[in-house]
Amino acid sequence: MFKKLPFILMTLTFVLVLAACGSKNDAGTEGAASNGSGEAATELSGNILAVGSTALLPLVEQAGQKFMAVDEYKNVTVQVQGGGSGTGLTQVSDGQATIGNSDVFAEEKLEDEAKVKELVDHQVAVVAMAPVSNKDAGVEDLTKQQLIDIFSGKVTNWKDVGGADKAIVIVNRPSSSGTRATFEKYALGAKMGDIQGSIQEDSSGNVKKLVSETPGAIGYLALSYLDDSLQVLKYEGVEATVENVEAGTYPVWAYEHMYTKGEPDAATKAFLDYILSDEIQQNDVTELGYIPMSGMKVKRDAAGNVVE
Amino acid sequence: MEQTEGGTVMNNKLKPRRPLKEKHYWEEWTGRIYTSICVVFLIVVMFSIVYFVASKGLSTFFQNGISISEFLGGKTWDPTGEPAFYGALPFITGSFITTLLAALIASPLGLCAALFMTEIVPGKGKKILQPAIELLSGIPSVVYGFIGLSVIVPLLRSIFGGTGVGIAAGCLVLAVMILPTVTSIMADALSALPKGLRESSYALGATRWQTIYRVIIPTTLPALLTGVVLGMARAFGEALAVQMVIGNAPHVPTSLLESASTLTSVITLSMGNTTMGSVHNNALWSMALVLLVMTFVFVILVRLLERRNRV
Repeated sequence: MFKKLPFILMTLTFVLVLAACGSKNDAGTEGAASNGSGEAATELSGNILAVGSTALLPLVEQAGQKFMAVDEYKNVTVQVQGGGSGTGLTQVSDGQATIGNSDVFAEEKLEDEAKVKELVDHQVAVVAMAPVSNKDAGVEDLTKQQLIDIFSGKVTNWKDVGGADKAIVIVNRPSSSGTRATFEKYALGAKMGDIQGSIQEDSSGNVKKLVSETPGAIGYLALSYLDDSLQVLKYEGVEATVENVEAGTYPVWAYEHMYTKGEPDAATKAFLDYILSDEIQQNDVTELGYIPMSGMKVKRDAAGNVVE
Repeated sequence: MEQTEGGTVMNNKLKPRRPLKEKHYWEEWTGRIYTSICVVFLIVVMFSIVYFVASKGLSTFFQNGISISEFLGGKTWDPTGEPAFYGALPFITGSFITTLLAALIASPLGLCAALFMTEIVPGKGKKILQPAIELLSGIPSVVYGFIGLSVIVPLLRSIFGGTGVGIAAGCLVLAVMILPTVTSIMADALSALPKGLRESSYALGATRWQTIYRVIIPTTLPALLTGVVLGMARAFGEALAVQMVIGNAPHVPTSLLESASTLTSVITLSMGNTTMGSVHNNALWSMALVLLVMTFVFVILVRLLERRNRV
């Protein structure tokens, strides 16, 4: 029995090595299949690999599960991976992934303009963010200027913005984060440097925990993370609600993008259409704390211009 | 080649019966092939990792034109600003301070635990303490991070005021994380000590404390230090737990309770959000290269200590 062990081990190693090579080949053919369209006239089939934004991950994952359960699409496999918006955009423009999920417009992230032009933007949902503070800060409403003063380090005590006599602790996102980019662009109007002594966390869960527990803390979170443990701050007197975002009165929001390289093939197109269908938009999108595309009464382009 | 070699050795030395010989012949062969494949695979993997990190990390300097002195000595890290700054000094100092402090906390604790297991209560101490310490090393680092965020940070906040996140919280979490490494290597070193040394010390009338202090610790010192260095190597590379409690502000800290970053925490925070090939991304790879070089330094240190140990 044990004398066979070397054979078994050897076979195993070979299998592992071959499997490693094999998966690479798969990715290659899949990339080719998704780029070339025209096949699958009768029944849709293929592999869809969606990579990128962790903020969008739960929605794409849930929609992918539902999509594959539909009888018509049973031959289509949807794989979803995180990795961040930058990874998603890189991989889709290199052809490694079918779909690149991103919190920001590709124009804001990719340096190479030629690569941006190859990508087709599919906006599937909207995410809004609200400034939040620790409950003891004693402030309910902040103006844009007050927020700028706080996040640029000009104001360091809550009493200067009408709150309690308490030092302000900034709980920020890392400077590369899409959430931070959105907050700075639409709430503050300018990029902010990192202030000595500020805290940076990348996960919304940790931001929420730190803001709710640290005296004098301020941060910003997506609407789905808001609850009673935090003081949700109004922005210029406007409350961060779905209705205000849809009406265009509350400005701190961003699209969730699913980029494809060139026009999507049949299977990918079916998946993107499925995410935009009422089935997903009215149930999963709202359940998971995003805002459906259909309700939006305003539109925004990559430069930040808003149209009705 | 190997075939004939193995065959002749068997023929000359053992002269086994024919079927048996054939059997061994095959075993020898498969064993050799299997191990050679593994070794080649391992070497290829190792060299490709080093090559990949080095080529990516060095392109910051050669392609993007950032000077090495600006990278290693610059105090400002602002890759998204205009103009962008790529000074990694805050992270390098953060990494070194947390690692050294963690080693400073964990080493005496580890030494005492190791002495307890091997010298003071060898039987029972080992039976109870050893599994407990091994258990510590099996806990995933995200759990340590979460414990740090939920217990250590609020504790530091209530004692010292302020936010509680910072280097102090980071090195406390790290100290607990490297304790198993330090303790088990130290315990191995102590129990490997020849019995004669201990017994002759007792025979000369030395007390247990005198034996530990004058004989055991000096003779095993290089091996004990190996434990510390390996612990530091682990602390230097740890990312997740530290990232959760240290605060990650890209500044050279002025106090232990102030938010700071380590090389690993910045890499894990930003890598996914940057696009491959951008300067920001390359700068992160340069930091990874610094980490890799530091790992080499730790390995060399351990080798040197081992050599001293043998003499």
